[in-house]
Amino acid sequence: MKQHQIAIKIEDLVAGYGKTVILENLNFEVFKGEIFVIIGGSGCGKSTLLKHMIGLLPPVSGKVIILGKDLASATSTAKNSILQNIGVAFQSGALFGSMTVMENIKLPLMEFTRLPDSAIENIVQMKLQLVGLEKSAYLMPGELSGGMKKRAALARAMALDPSIIFLDEPSAGLDPVTSAELDYLIKDLASSLGITFVIVTHELASIDAISDRIIMLEKTTKGIIATGTPDQLKQDKQNPHVYNFFNRNHSNPNTDKGKK
Amino acid sequence: MTLSADTIVTPVSFSISKDPEACTVHLLGRLDANGAAHLWQTLPTQISKQRTADTLILDLEHLDYLDTAGTVFLFHLKTAGESSGFKQVLMDHLKPEYTAMIELAKTARQTDRKTLQPSDLSFVETRGEKLSVFMAETKEFITYIGEITWALMTSVRHPGSIRWADTFLVAERAGVNALGIVALISFIVGLVMAFQAAIPMQMFGAELYVANLIGIAMVRELGPLMTAIVLAGRSASAFAAEIGTMRINEEIDALTVMGLDPVRFLIVPRIIASTIITPLLTIFSNLVGILGGALVITSMGYPIISYYNQIVSFVEWNDFMGGLLKSFVFGILIAATGCIRGYQTQSGPSAVGISTTRAVVTSIVLIAVFDGIFSIMYYFLGI
Repeated sequence: MKQHQIAIKIEDLVAGYGKTVILENLNFEVFKGEIFVIIGGSGCGKSTLLKHMIGLLPPVSGKVIILGKDLASATSTAKNSILQNIGVAFQSGALFGSMTVMENIKLPLMEFTRLPDSAIENIVQMKLQLVGLEKSAYLMPGELSGGMKKRAALARAMALDPSIIFLDEPSAGLDPVTSAELDYLIKDLASSLGITFVIVTHELASIDAISDRIIMLEKTTKGIIATGTPDQLKQDKQNPHVYNFFNRNHSNPNTDKGKK
Repeated sequence: MTLSADTIVTPVSFSISKDPEACTVHLLGRLDANGAAHLWQTLPTQISKQRTADTLILDLEHLDYLDTAGTVFLFHLKTAGESSGFKQVLMDHLKPEYTAMIELAKTARQTDRKTLQPSDLSFVETRGEKLSVFMAETKEFITYIGEITWALMTSVRHPGSIRWADTFLVAERAGVNALGIVALISFIVGLVMAFQAAIPMQMFGAELYVANLIGIAMVRELGPLMTAIVLAGRSASAFAAEIGTMRINEEIDALTVMGLDPVRFLIVPRIIASTIITPLLTIFSNLVGILGGALVITSMGYPIISYYNQIVSFVEWNDFMGGLLKSFVFGILIAATGCIRGYQTQSGPSAVGISTTRAVVTSIVLIAVFDGIFSIMYYFLGI
């Protein structure tokens, strides 16, 4: 039974770039230890919301409170200390191309801890073992496959043992088997280490397999149209957007005609 | 009829039959892009010539194949028929498999594309837009300069926070590896200048004074300038491309969310390296340029020691230090411009190319402007 302690609280957030508003009136909470999934069609602002949650974009207005501290109003030093409690794995992996996998994961440890080099290398080896990349420590990112890059990025996100990890489309571009392996890994990390995961995705299989709670965003309403567990959302027949998403329905009348 | 690769389908052809009620165009064979292009001009002309009735019928019974281009052609015929005076144009014997395509063409024709196209901006609007983009970018550029200055000041106060390994790596790539090209350019500049100057000076028997010219020109002006231009082409572009690619690969975002300041992490080492190597390369360039001049003077029969004495007696420490100060500033300009342009990289396949070009252009412009400022400053200071 999960305790409902709040890890992230979003208050009246208006998300966007500069003066362009993409999402508005966002209010939700992410509880500690849960796998929280943000879904929605292409272009609905999932990645923008994620960028606001990790402090890459300043909110147009509203608050992003991470572990009790507001990210938007924090000074740069305070912001950096908040950021050390979170890990982010980007869609492309965003591994530093000029460094080996080992050096990529070592970097945050070298910068933010005073541990001796041998200890750091042991920690890195442990993280690599967790994601199943123990033999690839000295490879360059260019030598890794898509799935390996994502796992290496996950290992780097975990380097400082953060309490929250954000993943941007972890299964995009992966084959079903690799994608399922990654899902299993996330689920395992969440249950064994108690890490809170915030995941942006639109892979139905993935959503089904891992999510504890979901919010669904929608372009036309510029906000959240549904919140709940995967089962609740799947049974939601009231809202056509939610129903179509989970049942892979399309709403193009022309294509309908063509099919008949 | 289904088409397979070995089905023989004749290219499109037509015949026209007339009766008092209607004029009928029979289309036969394969109406595809080639066929449509072939008949695009001729068939409408034929139709308008042979108008005897009020109704035009397009008989499609013997059409073996119809694709998108063919459908567009049918509607072209319809429009042509209507404009040449037919009251109605009908499509007859349309095969059921083509109806979906005809429907699609109808709805596509109804879409008003003009409302979808972005409207053309007037001359004033485009100028205004460009100006506002330019102002925004300049503002961003100045902000980055402030950010970089702050990061540099912090680094000076805490030298331990500088990433020295990266700094030396950049110094090696941008400095040591540039020795060859700097030597080549400087040697040729010294040599060519000596040759050009020797001709008029020979008239007065003053060839030896070429040494004074080479010495002062290399040390004060050409050494720093040539080095800076080589570095702008070589290193500013490299910095912009490296940082631009990191921007596109989300590596800069990754640094930011790790709580590592990208300016301190990526830009400061490059600026420090560049500021150290540019004056060093300038000294090297001065020396090689003077050697280039020496080759010309010795080939005219003067001993090298006279050339040396001439330069040493004429070129002062002030000239040398003035040149070095300039190159120090050029070093900062080149690295900062390269890094900022890389940092400003937008998304898309041509973005890094654009940033690289802008890095080189901006650094050369800034080098020229600052060279001018230094010349005026030195003139008034009497250096």
